[in-house]
Amino acid sequence: MNEIALLIAATLASGTTLAMAGLGLLLNEKAGVLNLGAEGMMLVGALAGFGAAYASGNDWVAFAAGAAAGAVMAMVFGVLVIWLNTNQYATGLALTLFGGGLSAFVGTNFAGKTLGDRGSVGIPGLMDVPFLGPALFRQHPMTYIAIALMFALGWFLYRSRSGLVLRGVGESPESAHALGYRVRWIRLGAVMAGGALCGIAGAYLSVVRAPLWVEGVTAGSGWIALALTTFATWRPARVLLGAYLFGGVTMLQFYLQGEGVEIASQLLAMLPYLSTIVVLALISRNPTWIRINMPASLGRPFHPGS
Amino acid sequence: MFKLEARPQPSKAMSFASPLIALALTVGVAALLFVVLGKDPLVGLGAFFVEPLRGVRQLTEVALKATPLILCALGLAVCYRSNVWNIGAEGQFLLGAITAGGLALWVTTSGIHASRWVWTPLILLAGVAGGMAWAAIVALLRDRFNASEILVSLMLVYVAQQLVNYLVFVPWKDPMGFNFPQTKTFDSSTWLEMLVPRSRLHIGFAITLALVGVFWAFLFRSWRGYQLQVGGLAPAAARYAGFSARGALWTSMLISGGMAGLAGAMEAAGPLRQLTPHVSTGYGFTAIIVCFVGRLHPVGIVFSGLLLSMFLIGGELGQSRLGLPNALTGVFQGLLLFLLLACDTLINYRVRWQATRHVAVAKSAAPVTTKASP
Amino acid sequence: MLRLELIKLSKTYPAVKANDQVSLRVKPGEIHAVLGENGAGKSTLMKMIYGAVRPDEGQICWNDKEVQIRNPQEARALGISMVFQHFSLFDTLTAAENVWLGLDKSYTLADVTKRIDQVSKEYGLDVEPMRPVHTLSVGERQRVEIVRALLTKPQLLILDEPTSVLTPQAVEKLFVTLRKLASEGCSILYISHKLDEIRALCHHCTVLRGGKVTGEVDPTKETNASLSRLMIGAEPPQLQHVQARLGDTVLDVRDLSLEKLQHFGMSLAHISFNVRAGEIVGIAGVSGNGQQELMAALSGEDTRAAPDSIRLFGKPIGNQPPARRRREGLHFVPEERLGRGAVPTLPLAANTLLTRDEAVRGGWIRVNEVRALAEKLIANFNVKAGGPDAAAKSLSGGNLQKFIVGREIDSKPKLLIVSQPTWGVDVGAAAQIRGALLKLRDEGCAVLVVSEELDELFEICDRLVVIAQGKVSPSIATSQATIEQIGAWMSGLWTATPEAEHVQA
Repeated sequence: MNEIALLIAATLASGTTLAMAGLGLLLNEKAGVLNLGAEGMMLVGALAGFGAAYASGNDWVAFAAGAAAGAVMAMVFGVLVIWLNTNQYATGLALTLFGGGLSAFVGTNFAGKTLGDRGSVGIPGLMDVPFLGPALFRQHPMTYIAIALMFALGWFLYRSRSGLVLRGVGESPESAHALGYRVRWIRLGAVMAGGALCGIAGAYLSVVRAPLWVEGVTAGSGWIALALTTFATWRPARVLLGAYLFGGVTMLQFYLQGEGVEIASQLLAMLPYLSTIVVLALISRNPTWIRINMPASLGRPFHPGS
Repeated sequence: MFKLEARPQPSKAMSFASPLIALALTVGVAALLFVVLGKDPLVGLGAFFVEPLRGVRQLTEVALKATPLILCALGLAVCYRSNVWNIGAEGQFLLGAITAGGLALWVTTSGIHASRWVWTPLILLAGVAGGMAWAAIVALLRDRFNASEILVSLMLVYVAQQLVNYLVFVPWKDPMGFNFPQTKTFDSSTWLEMLVPRSRLHIGFAITLALVGVFWAFLFRSWRGYQLQVGGLAPAAARYAGFSARGALWTSMLISGGMAGLAGAMEAAGPLRQLTPHVSTGYGFTAIIVCFVGRLHPVGIVFSGLLLSMFLIGGELGQSRLGLPNALTGVFQGLLLFLLLACDTLINYRVRWQATRHVAVAKSAAPVTTKASP
Repeated sequence: MLRLELIKLSKTYPAVKANDQVSLRVKPGEIHAVLGENGAGKSTLMKMIYGAVRPDEGQICWNDKEVQIRNPQEARALGISMVFQHFSLFDTLTAAENVWLGLDKSYTLADVTKRIDQVSKEYGLDVEPMRPVHTLSVGERQRVEIVRALLTKPQLLILDEPTSVLTPQAVEKLFVTLRKLASEGCSILYISHKLDEIRALCHHCTVLRGGKVTGEVDPTKETNASLSRLMIGAEPPQLQHVQARLGDTVLDVRDLSLEKLQHFGMSLAHISFNVRAGEIVGIAGVSGNGQQELMAALSGEDTRAAPDSIRLFGKPIGNQPPARRRREGLHFVPEERLGRGAVPTLPLAANTLLTRDEAVRGGWIRVNEVRALAEKLIANFNVKAGGPDAAAKSLSGGNLQKFIVGREIDSKPKLLIVSQPTWGVDVGAAAQIRGALLKLRDEGCAVLVVSEELDELFEICDRLVVIAQGKVSPSIATSQATIEQIGAWMSGLWTATPEAEHVQA
């Protein structure tokens, strides 16, 4: 029983990274921009967060640093893709490669360093409730922030006028432009906000989940987060659901190892990636479903005045 | 205010100039970075651009590292021109190393004797098959399930890395290897023949150069190559013409997988002569940059392959000479690609300086004389 | 007082002077036409009034005061509203949400929904606010655009080619709405190239040619010929008509039914018609009624049709891909030039290979032959281009269309299918293209033309059918058809009459 509670807790914690990054990418994609640089932004955010936490000892400073780093990287991407109309896929890849290189390079200063004892976290009072306490209420605040963010994003996208404008831009930037909306600035805003969230996700990873710095600490989470938005058919609540599912699968490999299951650790480590592939295949099978939900201009360049 | 104006015709001159401008800008930023890090910029730049070219031995090293880059990039060029976004060349490379290495191991342990001229073609073909098979998974999932080839190919990279780890830690581990994760060293009959004696440069380089010509002909003179590229440039036109999108997907994935697998086989049977977890230093990803900087063109790829090979070697030299982390190479590579993409805009757009219009604004009624009388 | 006055407005783009010292005067409550052929500069002029583009020279006066219109929001604030030719609508949002996005922020969605109901009733423009736009027909979408414009309480309403998506009956209803608006003091700028409509509706007309004003007239006192002279500098070109000499049935479509592929598409149902050698059959219809799906089924881009639902010289080809159909003599010119009929960034020479593979031998392309073919097409079809190496996108619409049509005609087809042959093409090139089609037909080829321009169909076709809601009407000889009847058929109101069927036999 206790083990299941711990598994649930571990899933929530592990899924939070994917959730924050996934929600950030959702914002990007709702505006019609596909940012393949998620992994790069998360790495840079992880580095900035770790460095800030190391220097200041304060988690929130770390998250702010991660957000800023992610936003700056996203801004570079945004200017290239939105104003210079460079190929979105190639530029996103460039962002990932650059972010990876940059974080590895600057990170050599922190190689092997840890952040010291983190102390216990949780919601006082609720955290001692039997079973539910250890399962749900002993999380770092970021977990609860992610859930709140999901609600906030849902409200923003579907109940506010600004969200409607954003969805319009993602659906048809030409129409939005003809109506006088500043499509490029709106897209840049979405890209930078998405980048900030990816940066926070990275910082959460390096500061809270694995409080030591290692090159490539994200291990592909950025890519899984990209798969998440498709899996979630671009709806915030489903992004969260998918994040926890994948988080669960990631935790599963450790659980199985702990249980002494007779499969080599390397093969178990393949689980999150294989499951991503399987889920992608199942979800993408229905092209109509995708078409109805996908922002129509996703990935395509926008030329005002054409 | 700067304004971008579309050109009626893509500029051929800028196609050539853009990578050079990007390189120049990268060098500039690199110099700045060295200064910021407290190192002499000339020494730093020298490590990257001059040292690797000093002497025959160094040149062979540049060519050696360029070989897998060029091979992978040739295949990726076909893919990207067809608008198939295979970014899993790294994984296909690893599978090629695995299948080729597996065959070499079998030869080594079985004790069957034959000459290199028997084993080398078989080993290289095994590599091609391994890379193709890994790429075929991507093509199948895209064909049948419409799954994004970007994400699937990427996921398969991580799976391939774990597969290599598993193989060298468990079933293929050298029992006489002091428990290090590595296979036995392959029997010398499986090694690639050397191209330049007393160097590490093997015949793979020559094969690569020959393939450059083959790919040029394929892309620019063959019917199939034309069909693939139309599919990439204008999918609706390809459908109108009747070119099969499915055929384009499979052709480009299999070609790029095969080339990456071939590169992996050459690494395993060439410089490494065994399998370890460090079979690849990210060649599959660097090849993406090689591909773009080379303008997705076989001849350009040779140059960009040599250039990025110099970056890789420069990184190592920078580490040993200046104490700079090897990861600096990654920064320069990413920067080069960014700047290249930015400069590429100039191929299709002109930059114009447009002075902001200052028009005399009379807020009150305009003077009567300017109005045409009713 | 003048509602709007443009004084010597000019705008220059890199390759062309789109507007050259254009002056225009619109009174309050006046319906003012802006007449000109494709490429005359009408769109650019409207964009300057609407704030999407800044003029290089000249002044704009609004209600006798000079103004600077820097963006569409400022235009709207002044009271200028525009209904675009290509709708600025968001498919997945409802009509009310679409309208809301076109208004400035001060309203709530509920307010907007109420006002939509009010305005629809007042002006006879049926709009259901809660329906997502992708479920609406093209005519309904236009009504949403117009309602959106009306809700801004405009003093000037600009309509850009509004009737290209309407049946003749719907055009009449629109005119009623516009006249009501004008009588309430709203000025209307009506952009069109359709002479009959302008003469029927408008009080005043400014004619543009090549970016300059060639005349400012009262259209009710002009004839089509005089307007045409102002618009293109000459009378409309006369085409030679020869009596059709009919041969065998070349294309036989029988009971073609096809489920729609795209979520926002149209299914085809039991379509039957035929085309004989030596005649031109026209398919009339408002866009969005299945033309694209039918074209895809005929060209081979869609191979799901039952094989014998489409027959070429009696041979079933319904499931054959495009290359096979071309080998049998079926050639197709699609309505989109750039991106479908030609690859924009490739040179004209390479673009010949899309449908002509004579230069391909053993899997290899013979580059010299490809260039030679392109040169031949450029010469024979009067294409103004920088040579066979010019990129397709560097050609004007008319010239690229001539190239593409020429490419297909030059392959000596037995059946030529053309979709929207003169969309966005200047009058001179349009006449050349129509002439080429007639010549082809006179030489014994079977020709099928799909067009949204009824005038064009009446001019060149021997027989007509109408497509509506994925179904096709019986055919009728052009000489026996009237615009009213075709208009009624466009709404789906035909009956399979014995006389009509007899014409088909």
